[in-house]
Amino acid sequence: MSGTKDMIKVEGLTMRYGDYTVMKSLDFNVRRGEVKVIMGGSGCGKSTLLKHLIGLERAAAGRITYGDDVFDPDGPSGEAIRRRFGVLFQGGALWSSMSVAENVALPLEEYTDLKPAEIREIVEFKLALVGLGGFGHRYPSELSGGMRKRAGLARAIALDPEILFFDEPSAGLDPLSSRRLDDLILELRDALGATVVVVTHELASIFAIADRALFLDVDTKTALCDANPHDLIDDPAVDVKVRQFLKRGETVSNVND
Amino acid sequence: MATNEAIQAGLSARGDGSALVLTFSGSWILESDRPLARDFLQTKHDASSFEALHFEVDQLATWDTALLIFVRDACAWAEAAGIKYRFGDLPEGVRNMIRLSQAVPEMKHREQPEPPDFFTQVGEDAIRSYHGMDGYFSFIGQLTIDLFAFLRGKAQLRWKDFLFLLQSTGPKALLIVSLLSFLTGLIIAFIGVIQLQKFAADIYVADLVGLAVTRELGAVMAGVIMAGRTGAAFAAQIGSMQVNEEVDALTSFGISPMQFLVAPRVLALVLMMPLLCACADFVAILGGMVVAVAISDVSFVQYFNQVEQAVGLNDLLAGIFKSGVFGLIIAVAGCYRGLNCGRDATAVGQAATSAVVTSITWIVIADAIFAVSFHILGI
Ligand SMILES: Nc1ncnc2c1ncn2[C@@H]1O[C@H](COP(=O)(O)OP(=O)(O)OP(=O)(O)O)[C@@H](O)[C@H]1O
Ligand SMILES: [Mg+2]
Repeated sequence: MSGTKDMIKVEGLTMRYGDYTVMKSLDFNVRRGEVKVIMGGSGCGKSTLLKHLIGLERAAAGRITYGDDVFDPDGPSGEAIRRRFGVLFQGGALWSSMSVAENVALPLEEYTDLKPAEIREIVEFKLALVGLGGFGHRYPSELSGGMRKRAGLARAIALDPEILFFDEPSAGLDPLSSRRLDDLILELRDALGATVVVVTHELASIFAIADRALFLDVDTKTALCDANPHDLIDDPAVDVKVRQFLKRGETVSNVND
Repeated sequence: MATNEAIQAGLSARGDGSALVLTFSGSWILESDRPLARDFLQTKHDASSFEALHFEVDQLATWDTALLIFVRDACAWAEAAGIKYRFGDLPEGVRNMIRLSQAVPEMKHREQPEPPDFFTQVGEDAIRSYHGMDGYFSFIGQLTIDLFAFLRGKAQLRWKDFLFLLQSTGPKALLIVSLLSFLTGLIIAFIGVIQLQKFAADIYVADLVGLAVTRELGAVMAGVIMAGRTGAAFAAQIGSMQVNEEVDALTSFGISPMQFLVAPRVLALVLMMPLLCACADFVAILGGMVVAVAISDVSFVQYFNQVEQAVGLNDLLAGIFKSGVFGLIIAVAGCYRGLNCGRDATAVGQAATSAVVTSITWIVIADAIFAVSFHILGI
């Protein structure tokens, strides 16, 4: 393992769909063992940023470094870096022809030499972690939206990956499940040493889990701040938009004229 | 050896008064060689002789999910036996993760029913097919009502969609239909000329190609191509709308999917198939001509004169009428399969497949019926 403190380093990243620029020259880093929240209004480019980080979209400019290795999704090193990821997509993205248990088991079958009995136990455990114990035999089309989300989460953590990317893990969950999910995210970091990048809108979650939060702003197409949300909320030096976001739009003190 | 030892998982059990104490040591990771909780506990220890289960660690080097699933299983074993367990000095991470995994009680699902025996299965299949027919009939009934609404201009649909459908079922299919019909004409003429030359009756190749194509092949070829091209597309498109709950969304706005999705597709294909068929007829006759002129003594003018004599207007119209019916079959099969598609990606594939199979089967059956009834009617 390299000695650098940064797990992910993003330099001058510009993201574009066709000639529509989503974000320009983003610079930020994610430290090893950190929970990083990416927040911002709907449609500002959070999912897009995640897709760039995991190499599904190609950057228009800039580069992304994992540890000491520059991430080139098409290059030979790209595959090795991808193996370290666990990803939860915004829609769950379960494979619909497989049962939930098979969905979680597939990465274990592909990438480990574990015996089927052990795989079954791991699958049961991961499903229990996300509160879906006993649902393994169901098919994705027989699950509710929030359950699909959680099943996708169980699949993302199947291989105990080093780096986890979650796109709105708690969307569609009740407050209790959502709270348990926050605990799980923190535990994945503390117990298993994972680095977690989470896209979320949920204020309670943001305050509960974020070590640092990155705010993407759709108007300037840049990141407005990158710090612990507890420090952001009352700091007058921080952009008003961020403070309003964190206070659900309640008027913040000393608003700019 | 040192490296081997490093990924050795150690486990020892001892009785401590009334408690069973499990002590973990070494590396409890998935790659290491370690016992499974169920085997270890069930074979070696009788739960009834203990009152409690304690966990201890002694020089536990590293751990991951491997330790977690062991501890969880051991806890489940203890719970089933009605004895208490204590986490003791297990790492905090382990304790928290286990607690998280126990936070939501496992859903007990009903026992899977026995698979039915052969006769039950046959019976159930028969009943299902019967209801399937039911579904088709009410679909066709509803479609008829909606087509009338459409013709009276009362249907809810977007004309833009309809024009787009006309384009994609007509002009966009023209090239492939023409190409394949041309080749069909070529092939028939080729076989025909070789056989007819034996009787010095080369000229009758024009009759052969003209009649075969106008009465049968033009319509059937166009039907088969459109079933594979457009029927499958209808099923896949409506099927994935079903998967995304788009059809439900239409219904929730009070828009009938039948009027909005099915009727324009059926109408578009029924309007376009005769045109495609007419074009296929013409191109196939041209294809026949190329062969006739090239490898026999028949000239261009002779060929066309002969075709004109051989093929009557009723032959041409019979084929074109049939193609309209084939269009109806293709569109109905595609839309029906699409609307009755399941809720996942696999179901969309199945819908597209069965749309093609159903429509080709019914095209052939309908063609046979037409052949007999045209004969009886003397057309
Ligand atoms: N495949 C695509 N092609 C073109 N534009 C796209 C594509 N995907 C997203 N966009 C645009 O990029 C912008 C960012 O989209 P993105 O999905 O990243 O938003 P988001 O921040 O994740 O929003 P939400 O919180 O609603 O999920 C949006 O304006 C969207 O319209
Ligand atoms: Mg998104």
